Amino acid sequence: MKKEKKMTLTLPIEEHIGAGNLACQGCGANLALRYVLKALGQRTILCIPACCWAVIDGGFPHSCADVPIYHCAFETAASTATGVKAGLDMIGDKETTVMAWAGDGGTFDIGLQALSGAAERNDDIIYACYDNEAYMNTGIQRSSATPSGAWTTTTPVKFPKDQPKKDIDAIMAAHNIPYLATASTSYPEDLFKKAKKAKEIRGTKFLHIYAPCPTGWKSRPEDTVKLGRMVVQNGIFPLYEVEGGEKYTQTIKVKDKKPIDDYLKLQGRFRHLKPEGIAMLQDEVDRRYARLLKKFENK
Amino acid sequence: MSIKKDKKKIVFESEKDMPTMPMSLGSMLWNKTGSWRNIRPEIKLEDCIQCGICWKFCPDMSVEIENEWPVINYDYCKGCGICAEECPVKCIAMVEERR
Ligand SMILES: Cc1ncc(C[n+]2csc(CCOP(=O)(O)OP(=O)(O)O)c2C)c(N)n1
Ligand code: SF4
Ligand code: SF4
Ligand SMILES: [Mg+2]
Repeated sequence: MKKEKKMTLTLPIEEHIGAGNLACQGCGANLALRYVLKALGQRTILCIPACCWAVIDGGFPHSCADVPIYHCAFETAASTATGVKAGLDMIGDKETTVMAWAGDGGTFDIGLQALSGAAERNDDIIYACYDNEAYMNTGIQRSSATPSGAWTTTTPVKFPKDQPKKDIDAIMAAHNIPYLATASTSYPEDLFKKAKKAKEIRGTKFLHIYAPCPTGWKSRPEDTVKLGRMVVQNGIFPLYEVEGGEKYTQTIKVKDKKPIDDYLKLQGRFRHLKPEGIAMLQDEVDRRYARLLKKFENK
Repeated sequence: MSIKKDKKKIVFESEKDMPTMPMSLGSMLWNKTGSWRNIRPEIKLEDCIQCGICWKFCPDMSVEIENEWPVINYDYCKGCGICAEECPVKCIAMVEERR
């Protein structure tokens, strides 16, 4: 071959999840766990409630991951992780990282009270939510993470969702946990850094990871990475971290915020929207973004 | 990758063969997801700048690195097209799968 160059790798080469898994083509959730485990390493125990990842992993007795996974009930990711951590403490294991790995339904909806409990006790776990903005595993039903206007099977085009996405990050920040971060699978180095940081901090850490789902969003699988980038650049999903519930830092700066139109156009779930509907969504995004900007200390 | 587990599919002949605890005993590598593919990525290595972006964004760990060059593992590549879409010099083409 012509040049004797080294391949540029911006992430460690070790993989902790393997091929042959059951994720759809172009699944963002697959990318999300791939990057997070690169940061946490093999000495990690995952607690996964019912969600796509409970399936992606593979059927018993197979698993695509080389870390142990505790499959738990839908509403119990946080309390299961707390229990596993307490068990490790009892046998004197201080090194193993325990991470709850749940979807948005398992986090924003049914798992919220377990998560709030763990955060209030400041249990030493990482709670990561990969957010594909609906209940995908059971066939695309709306969750409280579904953005307004989006089509799902329970919010059909004639009855679109008219409630905005629940602000889970504000809820978690209000628990004054030591560390919280939003991340996108299209900014893997940023996600990697945040997961590494979370690993080193004691107490409850919350990672909220935007993970595109071609199947549920009716988007092209090859657009997964593009969507994850657009959503940050148009202010729908800003990337930042919050330390101790009060120190807000924007980690990916947005120089000129793009309109949301191009992002919506790439997804079938927004295809029915009329210009008035898009304008309303744009207004909602702008207001949310402006409110958040005021909190960032690094302006 | 440090997968400790076997590549073979594990099948229990009877209930007695099952472990007492439901734990995973094998990887998913027996499941050749390459058969899901309708279009396949082909890398034109002459134009490749070795940036590692296809490797980074492949959700299925199917871009492998051999001697500092990207190589697609067609046993598992699901044909999502992300590598071709993200390649900054567009040296990956998605072509129709012929079987
Ligand atoms: C108590 C309970 N209610 C309902 C279900 C059915 N169920 C399994 S997964 C799931 C949706 C999960 O959605 P989410 O957490 O967003 O994860 P995703 O599938 O989108 O990855 C539901 C409703 C269940 N397993 N347990
Ligand atoms: S339904 Fe969506 S989140 Fe679930 S495996 Fe498929 S692409 Fe991934
Ligand atoms: S087409 Fe998709 S699965 Fe196949 S190598 Fe490219 S990114 Fe990976
Ligand atoms: Mg979901």
